[in-house]
Amino acid sequence: MFMHLAKPIYQTPDSQIENTSLEIINVSRRGFVGGATGLTFTLALAACAPKKSESKSKSEAPLPDHSTVESGPLVLISIAADGRTQITNPRSEMGQQVITAVAQMIADELDVEWDKLVIEQAVGDSKYGDQNTDGSTSIRNHINRFRMAGALMRHMLTQAAANEWGVDISECSSKLGTIEHSSGKILTYGDVAKAASKLDVPAEASVTLKRRDQWRYIGKDKPSFTIPDIIHGKGTFGIDVRVPDMVYAVIARPPTVFGKIKTLDDTAALAVPGVTKVMKLPDLQGEVAAFQPLGGVAVIATDTWAAIKGREALNVTWDAGSNANYDSDLYGQELRATARKPGEVKRNRGDVDSAMETAAKKVTADYYAPHLSQAPMEPPAATARWTGDKIECWACTQNPQAARTTVASLCGIPEENVTINVTLLGGGFGRKSKPDYVAEAALIAREVGAPVKVTWTREDDVRHGYFHSVSAQRMEAGLNEDGLPVAVLHRTVFPSINSTFGAADQGSDFELSLGATDSPWNVPNMRVEVGKAEAHIRIGWLRSVANVYHAFAQQSFAAELAHAAGKDQKDYLLDLIGPDREIDLSKDGVIYPNYGASIEEHPLDTARLKSVLDKAASMAKWGRDVPKGHGLGISVHRSFLSYVATAIEVAVDSDGNITFPGVWVAVDAGTVVNPANTKVQMEGGTLYGLSNALYGEITAKDGAVVQGNFPAWRVMRLSEAPHNLEVHIMESDAPPGGVGEPGTPPAAPALANAIFAATGQRLRTLPLLGQKNRLTMAGEG
Amino acid sequence: MAITLKINGKKETVTAAEGTPLLWVLRDHLGLTGAKFGCGVAQCGACTVHVDGAPIRSCITPHEDVEGSEVTTIESANGKVASAIRAAWEELAVPQCGYCQAGQIMSAINLLETNASPSDEDIDSAMDGNICRCATYVRIRKAIMDAAKTL
Repeated sequence: MFMHLAKPIYQTPDSQIENTSLEIINVSRRGFVGGATGLTFTLALAACAPKKSESKSKSEAPLPDHSTVESGPLVLISIAADGRTQITNPRSEMGQQVITAVAQMIADELDVEWDKLVIEQAVGDSKYGDQNTDGSTSIRNHINRFRMAGALMRHMLTQAAANEWGVDISECSSKLGTIEHSSGKILTYGDVAKAASKLDVPAEASVTLKRRDQWRYIGKDKPSFTIPDIIHGKGTFGIDVRVPDMVYAVIARPPTVFGKIKTLDDTAALAVPGVTKVMKLPDLQGEVAAFQPLGGVAVIATDTWAAIKGREALNVTWDAGSNANYDSDLYGQELRATARKPGEVKRNRGDVDSAMETAAKKVTADYYAPHLSQAPMEPPAATARWTGDKIECWACTQNPQAARTTVASLCGIPEENVTINVTLLGGGFGRKSKPDYVAEAALIAREVGAPVKVTWTREDDVRHGYFHSVSAQRMEAGLNEDGLPVAVLHRTVFPSINSTFGAADQGSDFELSLGATDSPWNVPNMRVEVGKAEAHIRIGWLRSVANVYHAFAQQSFAAELAHAAGKDQKDYLLDLIGPDREIDLSKDGVIYPNYGASIEEHPLDTARLKSVLDKAASMAKWGRDVPKGHGLGISVHRSFLSYVATAIEVAVDSDGNITFPGVWVAVDAGTVVNPANTKVQMEGGTLYGLSNALYGEITAKDGAVVQGNFPAWRVMRLSEAPHNLEVHIMESDAPPGGVGEPGTPPAAPALANAIFAATGQRLRTLPLLGQKNRLTMAGEG
Repeated sequence: MAITLKINGKKETVTAAEGTPLLWVLRDHLGLTGAKFGCGVAQCGACTVHVDGAPIRSCITPHEDVEGSEVTTIESANGKVASAIRAAWEELAVPQCGYCQAGQIMSAINLLETNASPSDEDIDSAMDGNICRCATYVRIRKAIMDAAKTL
């Protein structure tokens, strides 16, 4: 009965192979082909490893980067005698359809029939190269090595057929799972797979990748591998894992980070039917939380409900520790004050102060955005099982290698003794890049001596997360007689993600490069500064990270300047961006990681920025008359190497209720592997941004997060979503950019700009409709 | 105390503490993991199952309350409406991560079973209790409309 709990195997809808998962578990990993009838290629493709970011300093290592990439990441592909082709997917599936994308990238060059594909999920292992499914990297950083792996394998299969026939390889070519000789002879991949496996892997230079116009799968709308299971309730998520003889745990964690147990009386908890054990977890060690569990008290029971009831019955008091006084309201005031004082200069062009003095008009604005919770619908969950000094874990993790190293380190065992199986993720949004919950399961399972599943309740997820940073920003501009800026100052203040991993008292260069120091505005005098901000809760990355608040301030301010200049928002924004050019930030002294990509391959291209802006405007029929109470807003932002513009029409009624007659998104993500899914990601990214801008707010009092469950932690519901949401993908043969995250940043400023157009109210504080509806509060902003 | 429930047409004897919500009986005792845990307080709808044909939030429904009733979970929700919903869901690629989708589908099935041609407002009111953090809402709306047309 537990058989379906093994590593998930995804199959194409048409595939009739192993149509019950019961059989699949009995096949050993990578043994899918079943012995001697086929082969497993294990291709080490050193030359295809993504480039390391050279501009990234060591202190920034905790941020999404490629520092874990070893040379020669493996791509595993197996072909069975009957032609079934198994791809080992090293990336985590959380709804972005990465399984489909990986299959498309490999199968295109391999030249194999789509319905012959079977996907196996990789365990966490550095041999696969970078597995951290974060930073919208799965396609942009890996497309070439996946294509190359497919091409090399095709070459080997072709060579094997040529050998079989005793002809030169140049007389042979592949055709969808077969090799054809010019004489008309045909062998299938399955026929030659075994022979091909004995050949040396050829040099990469010996194969030619397909031309764009030859692509069969890349750029096409191939269907999801997971949806057919999901609509029948079948996919295995982290929280669904079941292993024989398992028990269930929930944890009472200290309300404050670095809090500790002061007193514990577990008598009542142990009396709850089903509760079998109560145990203390180790306190946070050292100076920073990093990926460590938060400590606290675990309640272990025969089912999840008993564990939850047992936790409620715990009599525990806490020593709140060093973060006891964290009050997000007071802290927000501090951030705002800091944003009004000079900070450390991170970008400088010209002389902002002198230019401000001579400006015809000065505009200033202060923006504020609160902490957010990623709040994936599946809260964190992990299962662990010890066998001697080895441990096997199952988890919904974006970062299985970090899970492996964290478990190994906290349990004091070598990494080789740790297996991390990656399940489907019920959403990630950055939360599941941090494997603290996997380590919790490992520690509890060792103590209990039985397999344990740790489930986070929604309250746990909302209260004990790695929160999106709160931020205060100050924007100042001096305008000339034509209303265009001669000087712009952008000062940003937020606790850094780096504070979770080391000493950090201000935003990092990496975070600043997400929408602050990379401003594309064509202004002769420009300065970007960062102010000091200590963290008092765990800060982590959330879909689009610092781009979210930086784009909110920058793109709201663009519309404010347009208003001050008496000009159209969109026309003014185009003028602000200025002539077509590739921006060289190094001239302004910016440390610019460019999302880990080379600036030559992925320049900051203002022509592309303006194109998407024009496109979104034309989709929205920009400039048209709208009914009373309606307003159009627009914004544009480059993030994760992709360019996205969002236009929004809002309707605001007399009670301040907001609806969306239309939302229009134009994206230039360079080369797109799956257009249909790119549209879906833009829809999801946009609404994630709108949900957070409208409702998202995490506050803290006495060091503890105030919100717990829905609706105190509020997210968008169906009735609040737009009815009309259109996405256009720009044709491009540029290298691929990210797709999962770039839809989010332009949403909030487009919304704020639309509300201004509709009501004349400029909302500079997020969320717009949180605990209070800021639209009904005169003077709020 | 052992009681017998009718789950997906089968009699299942379960022994769980009194008051244990149906969700945990399904998931932890019976291995039916299609219904999901999202909030535990009937706010998100991920745990939606049908009891005698009506959608309920299994995370707050004590399992003993459904003794004698027919419980249907996503794993065996079928019939004309369920097929039409699934076909529309697949055609429009509604699910992203998919975690909430069992609940979405169970709510949508009930909507179309009780209202063959729902208006936008009907959809809003029937589906507002099902949160999707991937925000697949625009496609959910359209898929329900499309499914209704095929019935």
